[in-house]
Amino acid sequence: MKLTLRVWRQKNADAEGAMSTYEVDGISSDMSFLEMLDTLNEELILKGEDPVAFDHDCREGICGACSLVINGDAHGPERTTTCQLHMRAFKDGDTIDIEPWRAAAFPVVKDLVVDRSAFDRIIQAGGYVTAPTGAAPEAHSTPVPKADADFAFEHAECIGCGACVAACPNGAAMLFTSAKINHLNVLPQGAPERESRVLDMVAQMDEEGFGGCTLTGECATACPKGIPLMSITGMNKEWLRATRKAGKR
Amino acid sequence: MTRTMWDSSVGKKTVMAVSGLIMLLYLAVHMFGNLKIFFGAGDFNHYAHWLRTIGEPFMHYEWTLWVIRVVLVLAVVAHATSAYQLSRRDIKARPSKYVHARPRASYATRTMRWGGIILGLFIVWHILDLTTGTVHSGGFQPGHPYQNVVDTFSTWYGNVIYIVAMLALGLHIQHGFWSAAQTLGVGSRTRDRVLKIIANALAVILTAGFIAVPVGVMTGLVA
Repeated sequence: MKLTLRVWRQKNADAEGAMSTYEVDGISSDMSFLEMLDTLNEELILKGEDPVAFDHDCREGICGACSLVINGDAHGPERTTTCQLHMRAFKDGDTIDIEPWRAAAFPVVKDLVVDRSAFDRIIQAGGYVTAPTGAAPEAHSTPVPKADADFAFEHAECIGCGACVAACPNGAAMLFTSAKINHLNVLPQGAPERESRVLDMVAQMDEEGFGGCTLTGECATACPKGIPLMSITGMNKEWLRATRKAGKR
Repeated sequence: MTRTMWDSSVGKKTVMAVSGLIMLLYLAVHMFGNLKIFFGAGDFNHYAHWLRTIGEPFMHYEWTLWVIRVVLVLAVVAHATSAYQLSRRDIKARPSKYVHARPRASYATRTMRWGGIILGLFIVWHILDLTTGTVHSGGFQPGHPYQNVVDTFSTWYGNVIYIVAMLALGLHIQHGFWSAAQTLGVGSRTRDRVLKIIANALAVILTAGFIAVPVGVMTGLVA
């Protein structure tokens, strides 16, 4: 396969960026999207040019490190992570636009790499349980109804890649935040901090400069883990409940 | 609690949802009342006069009407202020656009902001036209709403402004009603279909019901 790539190049956080055009040849349709970029980078290094910086880690679709907007879609045309996207999704002679996540809260570090530590601070605000840690507890010591366990699992699938923010026209982190809140708030282990968790995490989300939800549904469409849009409804419900309870105290 | 509400983006959305639902309830009543115009000048003018005497003798003449007006003004102000502040926040959160742009979301969703501005301007015109009569075409006659309505819809611009605004209203309600349900946390996977059907039905019924009046004047059904 021969492809034309238009890639966002930006030297550092303060530099002006622009799209640069590259031609790559000999791309196999079995390559992953990141392997295709590795091929480009090898060529650039041999030519003595600066390789394209992009985030990647496990390349198994479970770590949430890869983060590319491909032809305007976060993680590209298939509902998976960029590392699990294969070149068979493209045709010989295609022109592919590759851009970083775009959001005020995710500043570009270099080229296609953005700083997603805003997500870490949202987690630090309440995305944990204060249960004693140590050896794994006996599985049946805290019974959880099947429906609740399924609900928690569905939301726990979030890998924190930030595709929801990248896809949202408002740069909102509602889907990420709601997935984390719903995951813990439905479980008995998360119950002691049920109210403070949602209030603190939503406050931190606002503080980081993420936008708000206008229910366009772009986030849930882009999410490689299929976190449903209704997750945000659940967070709103939890937030209103916690606000009512805080008002009574 | 008021502070937490207004300071949070989720809280501001709640304000938008509640104020939007108040206005929606009013619109449903307003649209239904408007249809009296098809029963002739007598019926319509009698209905309009009754609006001023609701609740008598407990409420004095026009008191109920003024209570409704105050509630509506508060709802409009709350809705517009939170929309403005949330929009500012949203635009700031996404300063640079994607080079590879594609249309996002449905038409109704994308037109919420512009549609809202159109509706805001429409409300001002609508009050100046048919409540105060300031910009009314021809001689405005207080107490004769039937004739005033016919006058307005006898001008081409009166029809254009009204019909465009009502189409914007339909789109606004279609996305707004369903969104309000999500904001208030009452949406769920099992209820989603029903909520979307109600949103579409409200949008179509209200738009059609309101547009029926200018169409009635244009076709000579109301004269």
